[in-house]
Amino acid sequence: MAKGIDEPLLRLEGVHTHIGPYHILHGVYCEVPNGELTMLLGRNGAGKTTMLRTIMGLWRASSGSIHFDGRDITALPSPDIARSGIAYVPEAMAIFSDLTVRENIVLAARNGPVHSSRLDWMFGLFPALKRFWNLPAGHLSGGQKQMLAIARAIAEPRRLLLVDEPTKGLAPVMIHSMIEAFRALKAAGETILLVEQNFHAASQLGDNVIVMDDGLIVHSGAMSDLVADKALQQRLLGLSLDSHQ
Amino acid sequence: MTRSSAPARSFTETRIRRGPSSWLLSSDTPRSWALSLILIVIVTCLAAAPFLFSGSQPLSTAAKICVFVLLVASYDLLLGYTGIVSFAHTMFFGIGGYGIAIALERLGPSWESVAVGLVAALALSAVLAAVIGLLSLRVRAIFFSMITLAVASAVAVLASQLSAITGGEDGLSFQLPAELRPAFRPFAEPILGLAINGRILAYYMIFITAAVLFLVLLRVVNSPFGRVLQAIRENEFRAEALGYRVVAYRTAASVISAMAATVAGALLALWLRYNGPDTTLSFSIMIDILLMVVIGGMGTLYGAIIGAALFVLAQSYLQVLMGAGSQTLSGIPILPDLVHPDRWLLWLGLLFIVSVYAFPGGIVGHLRKRGRSHELG
Amino acid sequence: MSNAAAEPIETSLPRARIDWIPLILVPVLAIATLPLVGNVSAWVTLTVAGLAMGMMIFLMASGLTLVFGLMDIINFGHGVFISLGAYATLLVLGPLAGWASADSIGLNLALLVLCIAAAMGLTAVVGVVFERVIVRPVYGNHLKQILVTMGGLIVAEQAIHAIWGASPIPVPVPETLRGAFVIGDIVMERYRVVAIGIGLLVFFAMQVLLNRTRIGLLIRAGVENPEMVEALGYRIRRLFVSVFVAGSALAGLGGVMWAFYRQTLTAGMGMEVMVLVFIVIIIGGLGSVGGCFVGSVLVALMANYVGFLAPKLALVSNILVMALVLIWRPQGLFPVARR
Ligand SMILES: Nc1ncnc2c1ncn2[C@@H]1O[C@H](COP(=O)(O)OP(=O)(O)OP(=O)(O)O)[C@@H](O)[C@H]1O
Ligand SMILES: [Mg+2]
Repeated sequence: MAKGIDEPLLRLEGVHTHIGPYHILHGVYCEVPNGELTMLLGRNGAGKTTMLRTIMGLWRASSGSIHFDGRDITALPSPDIARSGIAYVPEAMAIFSDLTVRENIVLAARNGPVHSSRLDWMFGLFPALKRFWNLPAGHLSGGQKQMLAIARAIAEPRRLLLVDEPTKGLAPVMIHSMIEAFRALKAAGETILLVEQNFHAASQLGDNVIVMDDGLIVHSGAMSDLVADKALQQRLLGLSLDSHQ
Repeated sequence: MTRSSAPARSFTETRIRRGPSSWLLSSDTPRSWALSLILIVIVTCLAAAPFLFSGSQPLSTAAKICVFVLLVASYDLLLGYTGIVSFAHTMFFGIGGYGIAIALERLGPSWESVAVGLVAALALSAVLAAVIGLLSLRVRAIFFSMITLAVASAVAVLASQLSAITGGEDGLSFQLPAELRPAFRPFAEPILGLAINGRILAYYMIFITAAVLFLVLLRVVNSPFGRVLQAIRENEFRAEALGYRVVAYRTAASVISAMAATVAGALLALWLRYNGPDTTLSFSIMIDILLMVVIGGMGTLYGAIIGAALFVLAQSYLQVLMGAGSQTLSGIPILPDLVHPDRWLLWLGLLFIVSVYAFPGGIVGHLRKRGRSHELG
Repeated sequence: MSNAAAEPIETSLPRARIDWIPLILVPVLAIATLPLVGNVSAWVTLTVAGLAMGMMIFLMASGLTLVFGLMDIINFGHGVFISLGAYATLLVLGPLAGWASADSIGLNLALLVLCIAAAMGLTAVVGVVFERVIVRPVYGNHLKQILVTMGGLIVAEQAIHAIWGASPIPVPVPETLRGAFVIGDIVMERYRVVAIGIGLLVFFAMQVLLNRTRIGLLIRAGVENPEMVEALGYRIRRLFVSVFVAGSALAGLGGVMWAFYRQTLTAGMGMEVMVLVFIVIIIGGLGSVGGCFVGSVLVALMANYVGFLAPKLALVSNILVMALVLIWRPQGLFPVARR
């Protein structure tokens, strides 16, 4: 597929989402460039999860359009969106706790067995999965479940990973290894849209940043610009200096 | 458990038109001319049935309608207003019938026996309804349907097996108190050309009891309690979040509904001077109740009147009509089979499915909607 | 399926814990009633009868519980498929009556297989229609589901009346399946043994399907979180329709077995046994196939033992079992994890 160099992999244009009677997204415009890691920030209830779910087709955009890889995916059913090359790691991880780690990965690989080199790469990122390979996923710890959820998203090559708050509720040492894993994914050339509450972690990882508030995009640009501009951080995220540790 | 039918109405709107009739109806008036007219015709016919029709068959039909109006209205409290499906309604209906039958048979035909039977039946129903509600609604509302089905059929089997007490499959026949027997003549002179006897008194006892309890149910659904029930029906989790104890409210509704059904069963037994598995306990009556409440209109209470009247009339007369149709169509393949008198339930079943899909408000909802669109247009 | 499992990997955690207590209930019940029954041969007869009945209930209930688990749909019209399956035997028994009375195991078993094939075929087709016409429009609304599937039940029962008549129809058990195996003073009715065999066969086939195939993994995953299955790129709808149809066909199979067991057909026979089916899926845990199996055996054994010891209380005893289980484990013996 020939595309312009500047063509973003994912583009949302004026996306509105209603959940039942509630109007959550109020016209979201944003882009995720190919091959880069884009952070999605915003306070609790800003609509980050809703945006990811809308991209996946789990909530329906009531108006606006979502283009992925040059294709309009706004009205596609979720499975088709997934098959167009988007992998989703939901906020609640949604691993299948009744299935073993292995079975979780088997389901994630739609096109047959996982290539052994890819498996080794995944085990390198998340060694715990190798140890608990045949254990029901429900027995894993919270951090291990999160690793499994991410491993499931990368079991086969995908064009775009949507990851919702992978560090939520994790111990600092776990957060650290999670960040390392994302760094490795980035180095492997994956395109990632990552929701993260922890600005400190986000600033280390992101190439780009999108900030949401009240169902709208209030800022987007390079991460380095936001990191440099303390006043902007203060205004957008309400960050005070002490939360930087 | 969300329902798309009957949007919660504005109560202030109906409160404006006050008056004695509005008080009687708890400010929940029919709100449609056509509906009011139909209701007035039905209620008038029922009120004057002994004077309008001669013979025992029409009076029996009228009595049955009265009983079923009460039974269906009490079921609507559960299905339409609380949003839970019970299959144990006939169990409570049967408990009422057996309460009267056993008491009158054992203790003799006196009013004290009626009182003992009724009170015992009411107590048993209340306890059973509370236990079932607390056991199943605590977990999931969907369990309630399955558990009521299981319990009701176990009770039905039990009733037919404990023949020493219940008369088994044959049921129990019994004598009524003297005042309700055909031979009883309260007045020397005929009134409006009709010689009043105990049978007619029994009819009016049924009519008045059913009417009063119907109005009580109307009051219940329009009380703050009733509104909480509807809030729970619309959104269980929100009601819970607002601090209402959903299980307690649903169980209470189930108890009230069960007790009204028990009275209905008692009335039917008194009218038939008999109670058995087929008149009150059988699963086919449960199906009849479902048909009546859905076709009449869930969540409207008035639907009970229309549904019961329509259904009982259909049961008594439609089969005759279909028999005639089947005769005229004989010779054509299949068609006579389809309008065969035994197939009437097939057609009602189809009507039922269509009602659930297309007219969730049933006949009452449909009339009201039409009335409203006329006003607007 | 996957080469991923090829290398053995050690786990430092204890192996998957199996929840033994509910499983132990069955032998405990069986052994505890032995002294009550008092006589070993009667006890064996009762136990065999109970197991046979349990297998049949399991066949009828397993589809229903999976459909519920997968799509949160409760089908009160499931009994239709049981009745239809039972009546489908007439399609075979009519033209092949000779095979039933022939004193040949081969012909008799062939007849049974044909009956099963006819029943499963018919109920699968009706299942497709039922899903499309009755169930799909009311997805997501329990109240309407119960009402509409109940409506479907009324119409289907009436249709059976219209086609086959309203009076009960006797069904002869094929010749060689009548009578009993006698070992010493222990008597086991042949047909019951066959029924147990078929039930176990289906149970193990289902276990293999659910645990060893991708479809099975998808079903189990879908019971737990249908949305995530979609987000992984699988169409849960198709999966659901197949499970619904398979469940209908299994109910049809159960109906055939049940028909030969009762040796009479009535349109209401499906709905009658649905009472036990509901008790079973509540006891087992909605959505759990294993729970459904244990629940079926438990309920059927209980019904047979109590039916022997205190005949009038058979059904009531099951209500009691259900109440006790719900007090002990409100979500059933094997609660299914759900979002
Ligand atoms: N199922 C739902 N029904 C109604 N409102 C919802 C639902 N899910 C989310 N919302 C509302 O939508 C808004 C955005 O929620 P969303 O979960 O997208 O926020 P978020 O940015 O992901 O927050 P967090 O950082 O806490 O995860 C919130 O106000 C929330 O209350
Ligand atoms: Mg979120």
